[in-house]
Amino acid sequence: MGIQFATDEWIKALRDELNNSPGYKNAASKWEGDFYFVITAGDAIPEDIYLYMDLWHGECRDAFKVDDPATKSPEFKLHAPVKTWRGVMEKKIDPIKGIVTKQLKLEGPMMKVMKAPKAAIELVEACTRLDTDWP
Amino acid sequence: MWFFKCPEFFFGEDSLSQLGNLSGQRAFIVTDANLLALGFVAQVQQALGTAVPHQYIFAEVEPDPSLETVQRGAAAMLAYEPDWIIGLGGGSCMDAAKAMWVLYERPDLSPDEISPMLDLGLRQKARLICIPTTAGTGSESNFAVVLTDTAAHRKLTLANREATPDIAIVDPALTANLPAGVTADSGIDVLTHAIEAYSCTWANDFTDGLCLHAARTVFAYLPSAIKNGASDPVAREKMANAAAIAGITLGNSSVALAHALGHAAGAVFRQVAHGRITAIFLPYTIQFVANGGDSRYTDLALALGLPNGDEQAVAQNLATAVRGLMHEVRLPTSLQEAGIALAELEAMLPLLCEHVDVDANLLMSRRIPTLEEIEQLFRYAYAGQEVDF
Repeated sequence: MGIQFATDEWIKALRDELNNSPGYKNAASKWEGDFYFVITAGDAIPEDIYLYMDLWHGECRDAFKVDDPATKSPEFKLHAPVKTWRGVMEKKIDPIKGIVTKQLKLEGPMMKVMKAPKAAIELVEACTRLDTDWP
Repeated sequence: MWFFKCPEFFFGEDSLSQLGNLSGQRAFIVTDANLLALGFVAQVQQALGTAVPHQYIFAEVEPDPSLETVQRGAAAMLAYEPDWIIGLGGGSCMDAAKAMWVLYERPDLSPDEISPMLDLGLRQKARLICIPTTAGTGSESNFAVVLTDTAAHRKLTLANREATPDIAIVDPALTANLPAGVTADSGIDVLTHAIEAYSCTWANDFTDGLCLHAARTVFAYLPSAIKNGASDPVAREKMANAAAIAGITLGNSSVALAHALGHAAGAVFRQVAHGRITAIFLPYTIQFVANGGDSRYTDLALALGLPNGDEQAVAQNLATAVRGLMHEVRLPTSLQEAGIALAELEAMLPLLCEHVDVDANLLMSRRIPTLEEIEQLFRYAYAGQEVDF
């Protein structure tokens, strides 16, 4: 039995996975920036779900599901439906190609993301290590 | 999901004359002082004739154009209000033209804000034509823009699909009299584009065949284009077309590790041409990627008529063939041979490694090096040592 995707439990499990990952710690050692990962409504998701992550110098300082999107004003927001998130986490969709083709919609400075290629890889790798139950 | 994007091409003898079929009022020609002095701009103006009767010449683009040059050109465009922009020259002029065009249409942006995800809304004021005068960068074929942040000693690779030229004119007459050195430096760049676009993680069905054809063409025609120059017009035309074709592949697939290393080194050792320094890294990166066990060199090697074998053997054959071609056209195959002093490399190594480590083209490599491996690659490429890690 895995962890249900897009829940507070899931994003906290990802936080723990990142914080236990020497690869992520090393690759993201200079990264400063927080995110909303937004799972857009559709299929089994009745309304947009916001997952917040505060990523700072190779560490995830905080992570939780947000009920009111106004709770935080993160530097980045990454929007996609469940199907796309699953494709990324199962390595069927290259996240940068996903952003370029707007399967994943990124709000925030793209150049900053492009300058952190290894951190992006390690973040996806950490996602793949979670035993995720998909809606 | 992916895409395929390219300009409308006019190629072959007398294709420059297509400029006479345009319709417009003001053309803004982005070029360099050398091409102006050599009469290339006059040829373009003559071809434009009365089709676009008014022209402004911005002949201030330097090799590896800076953010400042782009901003100066964009300001001149805003004052002149052209309806056609013409990038005439090598990659520097064409990339500068693309960036100036974006800033002309979107003066609210700075050059480093050009990114793939922005809706730029171009073509409200002008359209872009690119006309290469070298056979190498392939910038005429795609939306990539490489600028240099001179203060930070760093190249910026920017891209947005909207910045694809509307028209590319590949007239072999414009490259017929290229000096041998420029022909070699730019021609080897075609091979690097083709091999990296075929072997990277973004390779796809739409670009694979183009990569193989471009790579074969370079091996077949680059030596003669260099040796015989204008007296082998077939070789000149084949190389001009191969450059444009490989340019399509790098826009619709990608380049990878050799370019990440080349971008970093080129921004520091600016005396070494882009095509030359990137190609120097190519054989080392072929070996490095193949040593990881997930390479894609077999079909390339077969297309080039190289002996088949296991992954490492094929990669070794390909690396050897690339070095052989470079020797044949008198290009260096190590940083040392390129005239870079060891002390200079050592002094810049931390910065070089840091820049490679954050280069977006790393993501497209089938094997991504650690920081320590990046440093090793620089050292091996300096010494001309076979990559054994």
